[in-house]
Amino acid sequence: MNDAAVRKLALGHLWVAFGAFILACFMGEYQVLERSGLIDALESSSVYFASVSTHGVLMAFVLTTFFIMGFGYYIATTSLKQPLWNQPLAWGGFWVAVAGVVLAAIPLLTGNASVLYTFYPPIQAHVVFYIGATLLIVGSWVWCLIMIVMFSRWKQANPGQPVPLAMFATTANALLWLWTSAGVALEVLFQLIPLALGWIDSIDPGLARTLFAWTLHPIVYFWLIPAYTAFYVFVPKQAGGFLFSDEVARAAFIILVVFGLPIGFHHLYMDPEQAAGWKLLHGFGTFVVSLPTFVTGFTVIASLEIAGRLRGGKGLFGWIGSLPWTNSMVLAVILSLLMLIFGGFGGLVNASYAMNAMVHNTAWVPGHFHLIFAGTTVIMYFAVAYYLWPILLKKPLFSREMALVQLWTWFIGMTILTTPWHILGLLGQPRRISSVVYNNLLTLSWDPYELAMIVGGLVLLGSACLFIYNLAKTQLSPVQDGFVQEIEYAEPLHAVTSLPEYLNDFKLWNKVIAVLMFISFGVPILQFFFIDTFGSSAWGY
Amino acid sequence: METGPIKQKLEQQWQDLSLQLRAIPINPLERKWATIALLIAALFIGIIMIDALVHGINAPSNVETIDSARLHLSEEFAEDNLGVQTDGSGLITVRMVAGRYSFFPKHIDVPAETPVTFRWVSLDVLHGVHIPMTNMSTMIVPGYVAQVTTTFPKPGDYPVLCNEYCGLGHNHMWSNISVIAKEDWAAPVKSAIAGGPENE
Ligand code: HEM
Ligand SMILES: [Cu+2]
Ligand SMILES: [Cu+2]
Repeated sequence: MNDAAVRKLALGHLWVAFGAFILACFMGEYQVLERSGLIDALESSSVYFASVSTHGVLMAFVLTTFFIMGFGYYIATTSLKQPLWNQPLAWGGFWVAVAGVVLAAIPLLTGNASVLYTFYPPIQAHVVFYIGATLLIVGSWVWCLIMIVMFSRWKQANPGQPVPLAMFATTANALLWLWTSAGVALEVLFQLIPLALGWIDSIDPGLARTLFAWTLHPIVYFWLIPAYTAFYVFVPKQAGGFLFSDEVARAAFIILVVFGLPIGFHHLYMDPEQAAGWKLLHGFGTFVVSLPTFVTGFTVIASLEIAGRLRGGKGLFGWIGSLPWTNSMVLAVILSLLMLIFGGFGGLVNASYAMNAMVHNTAWVPGHFHLIFAGTTVIMYFAVAYYLWPILLKKPLFSREMALVQLWTWFIGMTILTTPWHILGLLGQPRRISSVVYNNLLTLSWDPYELAMIVGGLVLLGSACLFIYNLAKTQLSPVQDGFVQEIEYAEPLHAVTSLPEYLNDFKLWNKVIAVLMFISFGVPILQFFFIDTFGSSAWGY
Repeated sequence: METGPIKQKLEQQWQDLSLQLRAIPINPLERKWATIALLIAALFIGIIMIDALVHGINAPSNVETIDSARLHLSEEFAEDNLGVQTDGSGLITVRMVAGRYSFFPKHIDVPAETPVTFRWVSLDVLHGVHIPMTNMSTMIVPGYVAQVTTTFPKPGDYPVLCNEYCGLGHNHMWSNISVIAKEDWAAPVKSAIAGGPENE
């Protein structure tokens, strides 16, 4: 049947994701080296910023989007037990997105788009960069459409039945992404591309930042939801137990989507173009959206405890020791949660409105998001890859020991990289600098931390190479007759037989989102058309 | 317009929803944990709200526009008016211009333990400014005036650093500020000009 075709589709997406990832990891290590000033020959701000722009785009947009699409296609067909809807369209979306990446890569690598992955105007990149980014997003919208169609068709064919949790979460993410990407799409289509083509001669950077903030927060949930999906639908089974609660998992995804959207102004706390009341409102929502993460932590740990006890673990903490630590999914989730605890604490600091002033745009910020994004989230991407590779290829993983070493070294490297990064931020180091030339005593105290980061980066780079090596060796190994491994979804402790419609559908939630978005972004966007603003013309860099 | 039926319908929907809400099984332990998480969030929100509404501790949010391309023609940010000024009642205002790649004036003196109001504008692209170890931090968005009032507790020399990527020379963008013991500080002899907090 078309199982082979879907596996090929998923693999294609995942390889693009991980190809971007390994390339960007080499750039990351170059960046920490260049920044430290250790090697004179490396010093070049134009190469550095071309590299950081490419590294940021590859990690934040290419790795994530392609991973999410590939993962989603496979989840949809296996959890719904349905063939893929419109396979040619899916490949069409893939190629549009690939074309976008290639187009964007040309100006990025030639130093014609050194505007970083946030491309804040009025600094301007070559127009081809914006067009490439737009195509990548258009490709991802095709994926969203396919997920939503498959979800609705399944519901029509199975009236009253609960949609499998994995597909519920994936569809939630598709909807989230449609809402999320609208902000940046408006910015690119109505401001950046017309400016770059000379159709208009000025834009309002305040409006641009407001539209970008619309996207900038929920996009992190777009990246995170596949990791949470793996927490809920794979981990309990892999650990040898059951999912603690299916209903609460759905509620957590709904709250993430609904409240993740209208809170982007916590990225604008320090901005002059929005008033304090709006910032407080978004700050309020930011704390509300910490709730599903608290709940997810609880459900995952409870599911692990069930598994540990079923495996004979006793006492208050004895169950932890009896978990299958040598299962890559279980190891990954433990390390991921550890990083989430520290990263979550940092996030509370960032979210705390006026306290944000102490850390805003300091090195604390990249320290924080490497820990929670490159750490918590990406380590689950690894675990999913290790889990899916044998299923997608019908060959055993090349080396399971290597996978465990790789997960541990990713965790250790991330700790060595991000701890000094946070400290540098508290010591006042700004983010996004290519070298330290401030003629000031304070900066002497930065040196040892920058050196530690080089070590952390090196461990991470090694770990990343092990990951790619393991996947490639598996792919290239000869076919094994009789090797079968099927995808297994965790079962809830109490089977869900019926669900209220609002836990099984998004119609109500789309309306709630529309209202919340209107409340939190309506006036803040419209104000730019009512107050006397002064546009900015485009600048090089 | 007839509002009765609409109201009824809404009430009915609300009742349905709350019935459904109560119907989902939630483990008592999980309920407790969710309550704790809510309380933690409420605590943080409470502290932030008290700080903002009672103590007036807010992020820079004055929503005031200015034409960044014509700063030299604006009275307030003309070159002669930049830097530290005191008005009749002793309020201190510092007017600063950010442009690639420095903050102007390049060196200023302000007193410790005294409220100082900074007004920042950009003459080109997006910048950010932070004085390390202090909460003097704001984005400087072209087209807008960013205003921050703060008090420096400790005398000393501090760097003033750009913390938003503004071009290939971003890391060269900085200036200096000296925070001087309150009793040693003398107000510069300049007359206060229009614009800013004192004529609001
Ligand atoms: C080998 C490991 C890595 C190293 C050594 C590394 C290092 C760096 C450095 C030095 C920067 C510049 C930050 C600044 O100038 O403030 C950076 C930026 C960035 N990194 Fe990484 N990184 C690594 C892996 C990752 C991963 C796995 C991700 C996410 C999946 C990631 C996401 C990003 C993003 C989005 C930026 C752009 C930040 C910006 O524009 O301010 N990095 N990285
Ligand atoms: Cu955010
Ligand atoms: Cu700068």
